[in-house]
Amino acid sequence: MSRSSSNPAKIRERLAKRQRTLVTPEGVALPLTIASRSARAGALLLDFTILSVTTTVLTLLLIWIASGTVVETELTELPGSTEFLFVVWSLMWFIAWNGYFIFFEMGPRGATPGKRAVGIRVASRAGDRLTPEAVVARNLLRDVELFLPLVFLLTAPSGEAGLAGWAAMLWFLVFLLFPFFNKDAMRAGDLIAGTWVLEVPKTRLDHAISTGGAAAHGSSQLTGAAYRFGDEELAVYGEYELQTLERVLRDGRPEAIEAVAETICRKIGWNPGSGDERAFLEAFYAQLRAKLESDMRFGKRKVDKFA
Amino acid sequence: MKAPSLNIFKRKQEMATAPDIEAATLRSDRFRLQRENEWRRLEEILDRLESGRLRKLSDDDVLALPALYRMAASSLAVARETSLDASTLGYLETLVQRAWFQVYGPRQGLTSWMRKFFGGQLSQSIREIWLDICVALFVMIMGTITGWILVSRNVEWYYSLVPTQFTDTRVPGASREILLESLKVEDSAQGMSAFAAQLFSNNAGVAILAFALGFAFGIPSLMLLVHNMAVLGAMMWLYASVGLHWEFAAWLSVHGTTELFAILLAGAAGMHIGRKMAFPGKKSIMAAAAKGGQRAAQVMIGVVTMLIFAAVLEAFPRQLAGTEARAIIGVFMLLFWLAYFFGYGLGRKRPAS
Repeated sequence: MSRSSSNPAKIRERLAKRQRTLVTPEGVALPLTIASRSARAGALLLDFTILSVTTTVLTLLLIWIASGTVVETELTELPGSTEFLFVVWSLMWFIAWNGYFIFFEMGPRGATPGKRAVGIRVASRAGDRLTPEAVVARNLLRDVELFLPLVFLLTAPSGEAGLAGWAAMLWFLVFLLFPFFNKDAMRAGDLIAGTWVLEVPKTRLDHAISTGGAAAHGSSQLTGAAYRFGDEELAVYGEYELQTLERVLRDGRPEAIEAVAETICRKIGWNPGSGDERAFLEAFYAQLRAKLESDMRFGKRKVDKFA
Repeated sequence: MKAPSLNIFKRKQEMATAPDIEAATLRSDRFRLQRENEWRRLEEILDRLESGRLRKLSDDDVLALPALYRMAASSLAVARETSLDASTLGYLETLVQRAWFQVYGPRQGLTSWMRKFFGGQLSQSIREIWLDICVALFVMIMGTITGWILVSRNVEWYYSLVPTQFTDTRVPGASREILLESLKVEDSAQGMSAFAAQLFSNNAGVAILAFALGFAFGIPSLMLLVHNMAVLGAMMWLYASVGLHWEFAAWLSVHGTTELFAILLAGAAGMHIGRKMAFPGKKSIMAAAAKGGQRAAQVMIGVVTMLIFAAVLEAFPRQLAGTEARAIIGVFMLLFWLAYFFGYGLGRKRPAS
């Protein structure tokens, strides 16, 4: 791993590219994350799969029903029942392919099943509510953005349409590739509807680390050893390292815990022996956090170990 | 503002397991444990709201939502300044964001939205794109005249203008009887509803494409309108050349006044977005595009509705009614749409959004 990719400042910078801030009427700044283009492409594929499977199943079902309704074989004209099924079938296609996205995005989650599965939703760019008009507007452009470019991509290289075909392909590619040319990853439909697509991370509230184990008692329940760290020992790390340590403790993978404990011991010059790494880390975490948080209350923040 | 009474939360607190607040050594963890129950209750309400099970929500919960949201927001503000627990901070950020979407997203039911939409909003939006409608109308009329003139000068143009599937028996030189036959009245409604459904799906697809192309292309999409209307002009010339102009006009107008009007609106709506982006006025281009796009989307919902009418008219009255009845229906529909779009709710002000 090169140094630039492991540098916390660089990592923060990379993540910040997709970060936007929304200030609620209460004055709380909420971080929003623009959904990645790959997540959106995945959601689209999922939605198309759902749509094709559903419409195919419905078509087969209607054919099956229709085959059951034919009682008189001598009829030269279409029987009324078959005609009715045909009406249902024609309308079904239109409603399914046009209504699916609109219906689900108007719902309380603002997302189609595909979007929901990858954890993204549609939201208004201006920070107000998502109106039905906006949802309709962003979904009306799908033909121009997706199907026509694909048609021209397939036909233009054959040379049948000539120069005009190439020109049309290039022009439609502008719409297909639109999301790659703006920092908010908006497609043309988003642009005219005033919407964007955001990540909706689903996080559960984890247990509080400082209520149990060595973090609470200051000593290991396994060996009874008490870990007390001095100020200069706690001063080597900052908030970034603290939160990395938190993640390691919550994941609870033994090999990661061992490796991290070893790194910290080397850094602060301790040699506590092996076998009690978790208690060591819990104690270190609690004391480092207590120190950083008390500094924080005095307006002193240490972002990472380089700060 | 008076803070809502806190005793509404009591019931939930008893149910949840009491966290060991004293056991927490860190001040920030104690802060978190004291408020955790309210956060969890908010999360539970949000889960139910998002899954659309609105009816299962008790009145207490609905009333508590705004208060719980504000509490979570203030918890987040405090936690940001006092806590370094990444898991709690991440959880609170997600929670407040989710709650914000629900609290500040007052949704209307479909029926109340429809009532507002057809009760004035649609007419308002159509009146707002009048300039684009005028341009599209002008282009369509010019297209028809062009088609007529081209064919009347040189009959060969007819074959290049009118697509082959149209030219069954209706070709230049066909006798009056054959052409009259093509406008005849069917004697039963057999197969007509299937025809209507097909027509609707097809035409609605075309209208949506016309809209999208209007945005994507601007001027070239006007050429598309010109070409389509030139076909119409050519066919008008054909029928007029054997003295059937009145019958043809009636045959066409029964659904044509609705369908052509709808396509006119679709083209105009697409053009409107392009025009708003080219000339945004005092707004930013993005804001102007969003405003124009939402207005155009409303027009498009109206267009699809009109096309449902058009398909029914095309399948039944056009095939089953005589010449006079066709003309009367066609003219009546035109007057109806004009009155509805340009006269309805004219005196009312658009509610501030």
